[in-house]
Amino acid sequence: MTTKKYETYYVPAQSHWPIVGAVALFLIAVGAANYVTDIKNSTSGFGGYVLIAGIAMVIYMMFGWFNNVINESMAGKYSHQMDNSFKQGMSWFIFSEVMFFAAFFGALLYARTLSVPWLGGADNNAMTGAVLWPEFTAQWPLIKTPDGTETTGMGWYGLPLINTILLLTSSVTAHLAHVALEQDKRPQLKFWLGLTCVLGLVFLYCQGLEYAHGYADEMKLYLTSGIYGNTFYMLTGFHGMHVTLGTIMLIVMLIRVFKGHFTPKNHFAFQAASWYWHFVDVVWVFLFVFVYII
Amino acid sequence: MTTEAIHDSHEHDDHHDHKMTGIKRWLYTTNHKDIGTLYLWFAFIMLLFGGALAMMIRVELFQPGLQFVEPDFFNQLTTVHGLIMVFGAIMPAFTGFANWMIPMMIGAPDMALPRMNNWSFWILPFAFSILIASFFMESGAPNFGWTFYAPLSTTYSNGSTAFFVFAVHIMGVSSIMGAINVIVTIMNMRAPGMTYMKMPLFVWTFFITAYLLIAVMPVLAGVVTMLLTDTYFGTSFFDAAGGGDPVMFQHIFWFFGHPEVYIMILPAFGIVSTIIPAFARKRLFGYSSMVYATASIAFLSFIVWAHHMFTTGMPLFGELFFMYCTMLIAVPTGVKVFNWVATMWRGSMTFEIPMLFSIAFVILFTIGGFSGLMLALTPVDFQYHDTYFVVAHFHYVLVTGSLFSIYAGAYYWLPKWTGHMYHDGLSKAHFWCSLISVNILFFPMHFLGLAGMPRRIPDYALQFADFNKWVSIGGFAFGLSQLIFLVVVIKCIKGGKKAEAKPWDGAEGLEWTVASPAPYHTFETPPNAEDIKGQ
Ligand code: HEM
Ligand SMILES: [Cu+2]
Repeated sequence: MTTKKYETYYVPAQSHWPIVGAVALFLIAVGAANYVTDIKNSTSGFGGYVLIAGIAMVIYMMFGWFNNVINESMAGKYSHQMDNSFKQGMSWFIFSEVMFFAAFFGALLYARTLSVPWLGGADNNAMTGAVLWPEFTAQWPLIKTPDGTETTGMGWYGLPLINTILLLTSSVTAHLAHVALEQDKRPQLKFWLGLTCVLGLVFLYCQGLEYAHGYADEMKLYLTSGIYGNTFYMLTGFHGMHVTLGTIMLIVMLIRVFKGHFTPKNHFAFQAASWYWHFVDVVWVFLFVFVYII
Repeated sequence: MTTEAIHDSHEHDDHHDHKMTGIKRWLYTTNHKDIGTLYLWFAFIMLLFGGALAMMIRVELFQPGLQFVEPDFFNQLTTVHGLIMVFGAIMPAFTGFANWMIPMMIGAPDMALPRMNNWSFWILPFAFSILIASFFMESGAPNFGWTFYAPLSTTYSNGSTAFFVFAVHIMGVSSIMGAINVIVTIMNMRAPGMTYMKMPLFVWTFFITAYLLIAVMPVLAGVVTMLLTDTYFGTSFFDAAGGGDPVMFQHIFWFFGHPEVYIMILPAFGIVSTIIPAFARKRLFGYSSMVYATASIAFLSFIVWAHHMFTTGMPLFGELFFMYCTMLIAVPTGVKVFNWVATMWRGSMTFEIPMLFSIAFVILFTIGGFSGLMLALTPVDFQYHDTYFVVAHFHYVLVTGSLFSIYAGAYYWLPKWTGHMYHDGLSKAHFWCSLISVNILFFPMHFLGLAGMPRRIPDYALQFADFNKWVSIGGFAFGLSQLIFLVVVIKCIKGGKKAEAKPWDGAEGLEWTVASPAPYHTFETPPNAEDIKGQ
């Protein structure tokens, strides 16, 4: 351990926020389950409302909980060690997110290198090809599935490329904002952080445009268009959700910056948000390479 | 060691522990001991509930023919039994141990993120009430096995699948937060002088387990998400007609699933490695080799997953690769068994209940390890796969392995938790009844499997009748024996001989330097661990 002498570690008193959070997750789970069941059976029910109530409750909890944390931090109750706990907690959380994406990238690679070629008769699967779907030819993007659904591949040029540039730039601006914060240059901090938020929002807008293209009649690229459409929308969709979350985090940080929060030494929340932002960036680079280019 | 908590302006609470009373104490608590207790009780209740489901299974299988339950309901029983035992009993029990013991063992005032700790726990009762409530839905509970293979869980699944998926999601959230807490606590909160290689092996095993958890629980979340979209939104991840592959489900599931079984056994190794030295009155033999063995098991557990899939027709290279890697795990596992035996060798052993459970663990877990080794041989597994031999294997490692270690640990630390010694006679009865009945329950399953009885069926051919009768009898006896433990615990909380701060004379570790029962807050200022000798 680096520190010789320990500061006392702040152990918060009882808190009611976690139980609020647990109930919220319960509502989300029950609501979402009812909701999707209703969609599938084309019935109508209360699921959607429960889901929304759950989400609202999570947001309420986050406000309350973070408020407590911010107040405790401002009151000087936290030690250096506490800061480390938060930082390490955040980095392992990001690691778990990486593994979540890894599952979907795994599915993509499996489909491309194994299951689609096998369906086309590769390796020792000549009979699979001949007996099940003799007409099927293996290719990627899989623009015609074994059962005959047709679609179009999404090229990397155009919107995806613009999006890549947007996100990479935003990573740089996020870093510049961090540097400005550490040098206590508040105007620069506001500028770079604001720019990062804007870039994030423009990215989301472009992603929406791209989806609109996909769903338009010329492309017919739907979530249901076989394994290509599945992996395309699930990967970019979950990435988009993370960008949304990251943008919200950055906007909250911007508001806090304007309120005068954070010091050059003490700005864990800012750092966490910027780490998160770099993480969604790196995921995008992988996406761009594996989903779009090759 | 004085343990008087510091008074602050905290409400009108006069007694020295400043905790709330009644239900609010448990709902709002941020105290690692309270949360540990909650986890342990929750796990025990789930154990009894999952056990009740198993009893129903054994009632139906007592005789050939269909007697009591519909085949579909039988499938629901096996599915929910498996899910409850894995995610509701074994894992939360270990998290309970982690919460109670890790801060005390490393000299920390609490877990690193106490509020998140509370959140991790309270998600669980909700998640499991969703799962259990699905029994009462029109379609019934999930019926596709705890491994929920596609297409059973997609094309052919019943109406409660979405509930299952979201319940698993929030369980995963809980596990990940719990694991992050363990990691951060160990990395960041050790008392001065408590270097990594001086940490008790118990702490090491939970540390490594927590890494496994954050690496694979998200993958589980991913695979249930794909299952959800396949079932409800028309994707075809696991459907060949759309270019996917049902076997891909198994790959992703077992990439989670195999590390998951180590999540359930590494902490057991830690508990047993604490108890055996205490009652053999010797240091743990080969401490550092134990640490490295644990780490290598964890590493290897990521590259053996397809040993569950030998019969899916993988390319030959895959079959061989996964066979050899699986057998490789036997090496570090063997190191551990060797070290436990070497620790006992020429020790001055006494046989208190924790020690009895630990010795039973070593022997019976090894049986499970050997049957695992048999299953690891690809050509042999072609015969054993999906038979009762597999059921025998994983119950030896999970019941006489994980569960026995949990009992061992519970008896070992009950004096610290409650301040009382457990009832001697009853606990002996618990041990011996469990030991005998568990073998009547699971040992014949080996023969059933070798003779070809498939798992997950409500009915079977006549030639399996005799063994099944014994299995059922063993099952009822084992189930009833667990009620003795309930009595022991309640009696121990209510009273009994007062426990000293250190009731076991061979025990070592910081947790024995505080009073029994452990005060509400311990180590508010870190103890000096400088002079702990290390292992
Ligand atoms: C010595 C190390 C071990 C080896 C070589 C081993 C090997 C195997 C193999 C090859 C299978 C697949 C059998 C089949 O489905 O045909 C299997 C199944 C299983 N093993 Fe192990 N195992 C070992 C230790 C463990 C441990 C420590 C646990 C848990 C605590 C465990 C839990 C399971 C479970 C739950 C299954 C069955 C999964 C299912 O299909 O439902 N194993 N094991
Ligand atoms: Cu395995």
